[in-house]
Amino acid sequence: SENEPPWGIPCTQLDVFVATPGCDGFPSLDSKESYKLSVLEGSLLLSADTVWGALRGLETFSQLVGRDENGTYYINETEIVDFPRFPHRGLLLDTSRHYLPLRAILETLDVMAYNKFNVFHWHIVDDPSFPYESSTFPELSKQGAFNAMTHVYTASDVQTVIEYARLRGIRVIVEFDTPGHTLSWGPGAPGLLTPCYSGKDPSGTYGPINPILNSTYQFVTDLFKEVSTVFPDFFLHLGGDEVDFTCWKSNPQIRAFMEEMGFGEDYRKLESLYIQRLLDIISSLSKGYIVWQEVFDNEVKVRPDTIIHVWKEKPTLYMEEMANVTKAGYRALLSAPWYLNRISYGQDWIAAYQVEPLNFKGVPEQKDLVVGGEACMWGEYVDVTNLTPRLW
Amino acid sequence: SGGVRCGLCVLSLSRAPRRYYGYIFGRSWPQRSHRPLGARAEPELLELQVVIESADPGCQSFPHLGSSEAYHLTIAEPVAVLKADEVWGALRGLETFSQLVYEDDYGSFLVNESEIDDFPRFAHRGILLDTSRHYLPLQSILTNLDAMAFNKFNVFHWHIVDDQSFPYQSIFFPELSDKGAYSYKHIYTPDDVRLVIEYARLRGIRVIPEFDTPGHTESWGKGQKDLLTPCYNGEEPTGSFGPVNPILNTTYEFMTKFFKEITSVFPDAYIHLGGDEVNFNCWKSNPEVKAFMQKQGFGIDYAKLESYYVQKILDIVSSYNKGYIVWQEVFDNKAQLKSDTVVQVWMANNYAYELSRVTAAGLTAILAAPWYLDYISYGQDWKKYYSVEPLNFPGSEKQKKLIIGGEACLWGEFVDATNLTPRLWPRASAVGERLWSSKNVTNLQDAYQRLTNHRCRML
Repeated sequence: SENEPPWGIPCTQLDVFVATPGCDGFPSLDSKESYKLSVLEGSLLLSADTVWGALRGLETFSQLVGRDENGTYYINETEIVDFPRFPHRGLLLDTSRHYLPLRAILETLDVMAYNKFNVFHWHIVDDPSFPYESSTFPELSKQGAFNAMTHVYTASDVQTVIEYARLRGIRVIVEFDTPGHTLSWGPGAPGLLTPCYSGKDPSGTYGPINPILNSTYQFVTDLFKEVSTVFPDFFLHLGGDEVDFTCWKSNPQIRAFMEEMGFGEDYRKLESLYIQRLLDIISSLSKGYIVWQEVFDNEVKVRPDTIIHVWKEKPTLYMEEMANVTKAGYRALLSAPWYLNRISYGQDWIAAYQVEPLNFKGVPEQKDLVVGGEACMWGEYVDVTNLTPRLW
Repeated sequence: SGGVRCGLCVLSLSRAPRRYYGYIFGRSWPQRSHRPLGARAEPELLELQVVIESADPGCQSFPHLGSSEAYHLTIAEPVAVLKADEVWGALRGLETFSQLVYEDDYGSFLVNESEIDDFPRFAHRGILLDTSRHYLPLQSILTNLDAMAFNKFNVFHWHIVDDQSFPYQSIFFPELSDKGAYSYKHIYTPDDVRLVIEYARLRGIRVIPEFDTPGHTESWGKGQKDLLTPCYNGEEPTGSFGPVNPILNTTYEFMTKFFKEITSVFPDAYIHLGGDEVNFNCWKSNPEVKAFMQKQGFGIDYAKLESYYVQKILDIVSSYNKGYIVWQEVFDNKAQLKSDTVVQVWMANNYAYELSRVTAAGLTAILAAPWYLDYISYGQDWKKYYSVEPLNFPGSEKQKKLIIGGEACLWGEFVDATNLTPRLWPRASAVGERLWSSKNVTNLQDAYQRLTNHRCRML
């Protein structure tokens, strides 16, 4: 009859059962995020193997609760068994092209949780600015940040981000991109970058990190020692993209070194030399690494558990790259079709949605090597005034 | 220290000095500021005197197309003088003055000695917002009016209703928004409308509403039975509706009454009547419309039927002593237009030639075609907006004078309060400068430097 309330017995609590405790730990690539949600009259049960699964289930539960026109909260009876297809579901923010205040990063982490993202790829420094306050090398941000007082991430800021993320089951993978994309490192680390030459004389400008000096590798060791302790995730992103060889070619000491090593004119070999030494340093710090695809494309020798980050949309179709990377036995991350900074008119979410990450020629073992992907929001045209509506 | 005296406008527009004090010093007036310790003892500017010279300064009235926005600003110790013919020029000058004041590292406010003689190149410098595709809360509209004032825009083209929703709460026809708005919360009450008009007026901004007909009217049909044309499939009505029905007397009775209200609610001398993108398919399918076409001798030229309708509406609006702005199709389809009609050129293809044609016919035009800011793309697209030269079309000097300005349009298909401000600004600033500044102010590098500073200032 019309007067009967349409809803059944009110539900008073959601029971959450987690099989393996681990609330104090950090999520990892291997974390289980599966959960079961059972909504029956008189009983609401969310069960998961780990707390990370429970978080995903809570998000789902929150989405199932509706409100009718009388203001009553309701939920339909339902049985859900859910788990992610890919274990690495990431978002990249770039805090070098434009500084992002802490609140913008934290807000983004909240929205990531609403969308079950579990990796925050923090592209923290780059050419334009160095906002990361290093305890080992304080001059880096003092000289390299847009403003050393207002446009930096202190050690406390960084811990705030890591903990805020952890509570949402989100891993923080920091990227210190080298040897290119490092102009802002120069002012605070004299001698680190390669001086470019105009004929016989230094031109006054600088290029990528200088790969022929011992001081370089000492610096890199010390910096990454700090970074490895500050950031708890097993993985570090080491960059390695878009290394411009022009400056190296112009520098007489580097040319001499190339001769000495028998590299001829192949500067990719010099790049490989640097990257290999960097990877050895990182390994000795017991960290794994992710690198942009150039490291693979330029045939650098990398450890078998390296993750290759595929980002180039041209000239090779990125699916070919995914095939090649996985064929060589490496795990792959896909970002190429998901550069969300490249805005265009209309419903471009559709193109992003229609990407099928495993649409490449390969055997099932290859496909298993695709660990996931990342949506990237590069910062050339993005700051706190437009980040949220541009990304979501 | 700072003090602003507004000679003749004590009541209505004295809010401007107060508002600009806040923008300049970041705090409210009339707190006395103390010179910070350690500041240099420089010559001090004690006062900005604002003098409005005309016998009728215009403080109690509304800005209009012919308003004077010229001003003369002299900054010298100890008193700076801002002179303008009308209060509208004083507002523009206050904006400029506020941009000239800067803060040094010690917290002192400084301004360089200057002498500025300024006036706009074009009299109609507008922003179009669309509150039908997505409702925009009042706050969004008001914030946007502030941003417009920072960029010396002086026309808010309010595309208030369209197919998707009818948020305008009409006094004579309350059902229009009752049935046509997205919800009872997504409306503009008469008070809301009054607030927008006054907020705009205080910033020297005209509010020109657009009630676009006969196309773009799907939402009107929800609250006004028999206004729209029923579409047919053969002998049977399909249940869907097309443009306004041009053959019924009731249509014109409705429009007469409706525009009576609109012309009294909106004080500007102009109303925008739309007239764009009329899809003829529904008319063609309707047997009564077909019969009417025969009777009138229009044959199968439905543009004639459209013009027949448009002319009747134009006559209705004229009878209320308002001028009108129409989209270019109304001109292209050869309706009979009064000589003071303004034609808005919006189709991107060959718009320069359209400007030639419109002005050759002796009509005034405003340019929107290259400034559809809702068409976002990656990178520094402000440059292409900045590089538009509105008078770059084949025509005589006399014709060029008929271009009274232009508008940056932010259509609402993908825009609401969550993204309006960062999508529109500071890209629209490029259009603002193009419409105010001299033709020869075109250097992109220089503009870039000033635009980056201006953006920070607006934030």
